[in-house]
Order: sequence, then structure tokens, then C-alpha cells
Amino acid sequence: MEFVLTIAKKEIRSFFDSLIAYILLTAFLGISGFFTWVYGSDIFLINQATLLPFFNVALWTIFFFTPALTMKMFAEEKRTGTLEFLLTKPGEDIQVIAGKFLAVTGLTAISLLLTIPYYITVSTLGPLDHGATISGYIGLLLLSGALTGIGLLASSLTNNQIVAYLAAIFTGLFFMIITGVISQNTTGSLSVIFNFLNLQFHYDAVSRGVIDSRNIIFFVSLTVVSLYLTSLNLSSRFIKS
Amino acid sequence: MSITVQNVSKYYGSQKALNNISFRVDTGEVVGFLGPNGAGKTTTMKIITTYLAASEGDVTVSGLPVEENRKAVRAKIGYLPENNPLYTDMQVIDYLRFAASVNGVKKEETDSRIKEMVVLCGLDSEKHKYISELSKGYRQRVGLAQAMIHDPEILILDEPTTGLDPNQIVEIRNLIRKMGEKKTVLLSTHILSEVEATCDRILIINKGEIVADGTAADLRKMSSAGDILHLKVGGADDPEKVLSVLSAQQNFLTEKTGESGFEFIINPDDIREAKKLIFSMCAENGWYIDSLTAKETKLEDIFRELTN
Repeated sequence: MEFVLTIAKKEIRSFFDSLIAYILLTAFLGISGFFTWVYGSDIFLINQATLLPFFNVALWTIFFFTPALTMKMFAEEKRTGTLEFLLTKPGEDIQVIAGKFLAVTGLTAISLLLTIPYYITVSTLGPLDHGATISGYIGLLLLSGALTGIGLLASSLTNNQIVAYLAAIFTGLFFMIITGVISQNTTGSLSVIFNFLNLQFHYDAVSRGVIDSRNIIFFVSLTVVSLYLTSLNLSSRFIKS
Repeated sequence: MSITVQNVSKYYGSQKALNNISFRVDTGEVVGFLGPNGAGKTTTMKIITTYLAASEGDVTVSGLPVEENRKAVRAKIGYLPENNPLYTDMQVIDYLRFAASVNGVKKEETDSRIKEMVVLCGLDSEKHKYISELSKGYRQRVGLAQAMIHDPEILILDEPTTGLDPNQIVEIRNLIRKMGEKKTVLLSTHILSEVEATCDRILIINKGEIVADGTAADLRKMSSAGDILHLKVGGADDPEKVLSVLSAQQNFLTEKTGESGFEFIINPDDIREAKKLIFSMCAENGWYIDSLTAKETKLEDIFRELTN
């Protein structure tokens, strides 16, 4: 665990040292704040004490920002050779992956913590459904975990950060939109399967306060599978011939 | 604290990078790993440090088979990978702290270890700089400090002196010498004078095979070139006569050299015997030896001979 935390701490420090963290935090709060309070179907337009507008926009900001955090994780280390430094230290590959995973989801958690004033403000404006709101935050964290997993996998497959970013975005779009479209245009079990693979379907349920074990299973397994594939990819260097 | 490599082969797809190599490095030895580019030095080091796995054969570090004991082996090894990769966006001191932590140095020992490394590697004036601001020589020192921070039993250094100026090379060499007193060191290089100056033993690898293994002196003996004598004779009138007398000897070959006509290159089978013969020959003919120097075969020649 010590090893994992060391890597996570180092990555979080490097987010803040390189200004990435400040830029993303500012952009995240700016964009989500703008659409929650000022523009579009904001809180005053729908005239309800709910954070749903925030959850709807936060979904997309996290969707686009997570790959920006994950893209350098392995791609850059491969390019500069520091991955060899890291993977010859007394730890397992999976610990390196876990450290990086924790760093990215940790930064997302920090950004969500900074939106607590939204929560407090809205709860003073009217009767807020606290359960649904907490469930919404859980949904964002689960979403961040899944996207981080996909992003790390994409980053481990290339040594070019741009390629890693685009690959993560397109994989994300597959789960976000394409699975939904396929599900709507098919019938029977195919439709059910693609509906289950649709990220937005699960996220919408959770952000409305309906936490079903199916939703949790979906997010957790998407995370675990992508992290497992990342570790499989890293261990391909041990292939015998 | 020893490394053994036994019948190791490594394929990259259909390309054979290492072909059944075997060698060992014993405790407290400093071994130089020589070879042309692409000979397999780096691949061998990557296998020993558990970054890659051998396709065939066994590698053990301190008696532990590396593949089953990756974590334990990694903890024993200090490794400077090829091209010295560093996190250039970190400050030297933070980087060393990070390296100490991932190497499992205990928290209470971290500060003293870092201090020791900073002093040992001469990084004191640079410790608060970002690595990206450092010159190549200082980066190399940071790389060495990183490799030694957890006081490993074994040091594996892939080209520790590339890109350094002559002064820096001497400094790094002294540093390695100093470390080599207590540790087992395997270093790769293609600078030959360097191995001679730093290493107890030399391994030469070519096209994935070990072609030589021994001390610098062993290698010289092995080489068909052998040592040569440079002779200058005084007190003689006719250079041709000196040459004919010298050429009459069965156990060495003589060639004329230089402008004066009295200088000769002698390539003997036995250098001591040849010196005796030359002396008595000169005495018999009333000549004297102006100069007689033994010239060692250059390691470069041996290297070229073995790897061409």
C-alpha cells in the first residue's frame, strides 16, 4: 500500500506542479457552475431545488477532462523511459497502475469537494433531496473511476499522449452514446445487452437517486476490466518469444 | 550478492537478441560489459533487473531465480537504465525522496540517505533545482544517486558515462570505483579505456553471444595480436645488418620502423625471452640498447578483433 500511495502522491503533486490541476479545476468549476446557475436548463429555469443540472453537465466535463489527466500516465513514461525506472522498483505492475488510478480519481474527488458550496446553496433555496444528491456524487465518482480505467488502458497502449487522449475519448463515446444508439435500434436480447453497456443509462439512474446493484456492478466491472487489461498490457513485456 | 546468467536466450519476435549466453558476476566484483551497439548489453541488463523476461534460460540474483522473485530481486538491485530516464519536472531533492520511497527506504532513514547521496554524488549545489535545468553531467549523477539511494547490494549501470565530458567521466568513474569496494557492479559501456580503469573483469558481447570473459590482461593474452616491443639500437653502423641479425631469431618477428633505420618493432612469442635475446645479441655485436619499450596491445584492437 505504501508503494501505491507513494506513486499516487507523486502524480498528484505533479498535477499541481504543472498547473494541470489548477487549469482543470478552474475549468471544471467554471463550466459546471455556468450551466448549473447561469445558462441553459439551469436551476432557476427549472425552478426546483435540485442539483440535477449540475450532475448533467458534470458528466460531460468529467468525460472530457479525465482522459486529459490519464493520457500522460503511461504514454509519457514510455516515451521518456521512466516506466522502466518505475517497473524495476520493488513493487508490482498493478501497484503502479493503482497509484496512478488513485491520483486521477483523487483529483476528481477534490474537484467534487469544491462543489459542496453548490450543495449548501441549493439546500438553502428549497427542499433538496439529500439522498438523491449524495447518490449523484457517488455516480460521478463511479463514472470517474470507469473513465480513469479506460484512460489508463489507452495510455498504456501507446507512447503518444494525443493518441492516448483520442483513444480514451472514442472508447468513452462508445459506452456513452453508441451503445445507446444501438440499443434503441435493436430489439430483444441485443437491445438489452447494449442498454446494459450504456454508461449514460447507469449514470442517469444513479444521479436521480436510484442506486441499483446493476449500476454499481456495471461501473465497477468497467473499471476493473480496464485496469486488468492495462496490467495485462504492461506484463506483455514478459512474453517469452 | 552474485549474479548468474545461465544459457539465456531472448527473442524479439523472430529476431534473436541473445543467443544462449552464460556468465556470472561474483560478490564485490566490478564487471564491465562491452560490445558494439545492438549486441545485447541492454537486453541482458533488462532481464537481470526483471524489466524483461528471458525467452530461455535462468537468471539468478543472490541465489534467487529472478522470474519467481521479481519483487525481492528488485529490492536488491540499484539500476540506472539506458539513457538515464528522469522525471524532469521534479526537483532533485523531491526526485530522490520519491526514489527512496519507491525503493522501500524507511521513512526515518530517508533524510539521512538523501543527504549521503547528495554528498557522495556532489549534488549539494543543485539539489533544489528542477532536473530539467541540470546539465547532462549532473543528471547522470542524479541517476546514479537514484540507483544507490537504498544502498543496494548490486548496481547495474547501463552506460553510466555517455555524454559526459572527460572531467565528469573521471568523477563518475571514481564514484563507481568507490561503490565497487562494497557492492557488486555490472556496467555497460562502449568506451574501452573506461572498463580498463574501472573494472576487475570484462565481458565482451557480440551479436548476442559472449565472445570474451576475463581481466584486461587475460584478454590481451587471448588476443592473437599479443604484446609488442619497440627497440632502438645504438652504436651500429648498418641498419640492414642489425635487421638481419634480429631476423635470424626464430622466436620473434621483426619489422623496421621510424626514420633513423635503427628502430624496430618486435613481435615475440615470449616477451621476457625476447628481451634476453636482444640484450645478448647487442652485447655480442658491440651495440647498445638505446631504448626498449614494451607496448601493450590496445584493448581497442582486441575489441575490434573479437567483434568484427
